[in-house]
Amino acid sequence: MIETKGLTKYFGSFAALRDVSIALHPGRLTGIIGPNGSGKSTLIKCLLGLVRPSDGLVLHNGRLPDTGGSYRAHIGYMPQRATFPGDLTGREVLALVSKLRSEKPHRMDSLIDLFDLHRDLNKRVRTLSGGTRQKLSAVVAGMYDPTLLILDEPTAGLDTGASKVFKGYVSEQLKQGCAVLMTTHIISDLEEMADDIVLLVDGTVSYAGSVRELKLTTDRPLLEAAVAEILQQGAA
Amino acid sequence: MTIVRQISGFVIRDILRSRWSIANTMFFAIATAGLFYLQADSARVAVSISSLSLVFIPLISLIYTAMYYYNSRDFIELILTQPIGRRSVFLGLLLGILISLVAGFITGIGIPYVILGSSDWTDISAVIAVIVIAIALSSIFAALALVAATRCDDRGKGLAVILGMWLVAAVLYDGLVLAAATALAEYPMETPLLIASLANPVDLSRVLFLVHSDMAALMGYTGAVFIRFFDQPIGLVVATVSLLAWFAAPVWYGLRRFNLKDF
Ligand SMILES: Nc1ncnc2c1ncn2[C@@H]1O[C@H](COP(=O)(O)OP(=O)(O)OP(=O)(O)O)[C@@H](O)[C@H]1O
Ligand SMILES: [Mg+2]
Repeated sequence: MIETKGLTKYFGSFAALRDVSIALHPGRLTGIIGPNGSGKSTLIKCLLGLVRPSDGLVLHNGRLPDTGGSYRAHIGYMPQRATFPGDLTGREVLALVSKLRSEKPHRMDSLIDLFDLHRDLNKRVRTLSGGTRQKLSAVVAGMYDPTLLILDEPTAGLDTGASKVFKGYVSEQLKQGCAVLMTTHIISDLEEMADDIVLLVDGTVSYAGSVRELKLTTDRPLLEAAVAEILQQGAA
Repeated sequence: MTIVRQISGFVIRDILRSRWSIANTMFFAIATAGLFYLQADSARVAVSISSLSLVFIPLISLIYTAMYYYNSRDFIELILTQPIGRRSVFLGLLLGILISLVAGFITGIGIPYVILGSSDWTDISAVIAVIVIAIALSSIFAALALVAATRCDDRGKGLAVILGMWLVAAVLYDGLVLAAATALAEYPMETPLLIASLANPVDLSRVLFLVHSDMAALMGYTGAVFIRFFDQPIGLVVATVSLLAWFAAPVWYGLRRFNLKDF
């Protein structure tokens, strides 16, 4: 389990996150939604230790993250913009990661099959299409069977078929008890998959709770309409 | 520690494949060979190379390190998402860059020396002195560049900062000290001059080399002062400690900043 307590992040004098407290649970998908620049990626990067919070805590299984970063062994991360050393081929990237972790990735081959990546693995990452790079990123995220998947707009670059395959993979992980955190601007994806919703506006949580409760309290059967309702209440 | 070694191993392989390492080695190889054609005497060549190194090693180390950092941000971000601490990433980068820098330099100078130089011991000892100083200066300026690159996310700004460092340390400092010494000629200047040379790694390296190769006499009055101080054990210890501090301080500060950085 991973949770944040009063997480606050300032970039200079700009508050990107303000007093954000959320918790992720095994087997549940938490969707983070919010307008561009509302702090979704910043929140995710705080969970991973890529961005250092100005205040508040991130707890992994109730403990503070260690400086050696060993807690990241159980986290699979797909960044919003997949960054790999551009001169390497996909295969070299995967080899690099497994060498650094000095552990064989047990799920690698099945994920390469799943995303049909075989043909592209020998190309330099620089020359890969955006969607293909995203699939490579999915393999890197999943190849060590993480117990927490952190996905920053994972389906943004994927075609319909690949997106479906990807969502199938996430559902399967959820069934196995993996906790999933996902940001997206495609609300229909969350309608399908999300159990909990965190709505971020200007770095502040304006709703955090289950999708069911959200629909009940706003009296809207559709997630999209329910979210719009909350946003409107906030603006009023 | 294995992680540091693995990261530096990757960095070294990466750099060896790039044009940078070849350019670095070729620069020193051509310069050394050229000096041998101009002056056949190995000892004199060593002196010329040392003055060349005092100017160019800081410059090359600074630019090489900063450029590698800026070009490797994707690599750095990828490793930071893995179960690896930031300390290891920083030290692995520094170690890998340093080893490839020093290896390039030693090959560049060494090959012409082996082919064209004499095997006289005094000459060899002069070359060893050049190499020791080169290692010290590379380490210090690579560490300084890594600090600058860590602090400045903007590549242009980072490069401006390191060029400023180089101008001050390798070009302006000497002139400023000389000007100050001339202006204050009627005061006793021995101690201030010693302190001034300890405060700049380039100056300190120059003095150490001159004292080692008995060239300090060429520096006249101040030369005599330096020989008196640096040619005794305490002087060497002070000089070594000062060079180590010039390396340790940026590494310590860089680790701190790197640890607090947002990616
Ligand atoms: N390293 C940084 N330095 C300064 N400001 C930053 C930095 N990273 C993010 N920000 C700012 O923090 C705010 C939140 O950014 P963030 O990337 O978290 O938004 P987001 O919700 O993920 O948006 P999007 O939907 O476009 O992905 C933005 O205003 C952004 O400009
Ligand atoms: Mg984002």
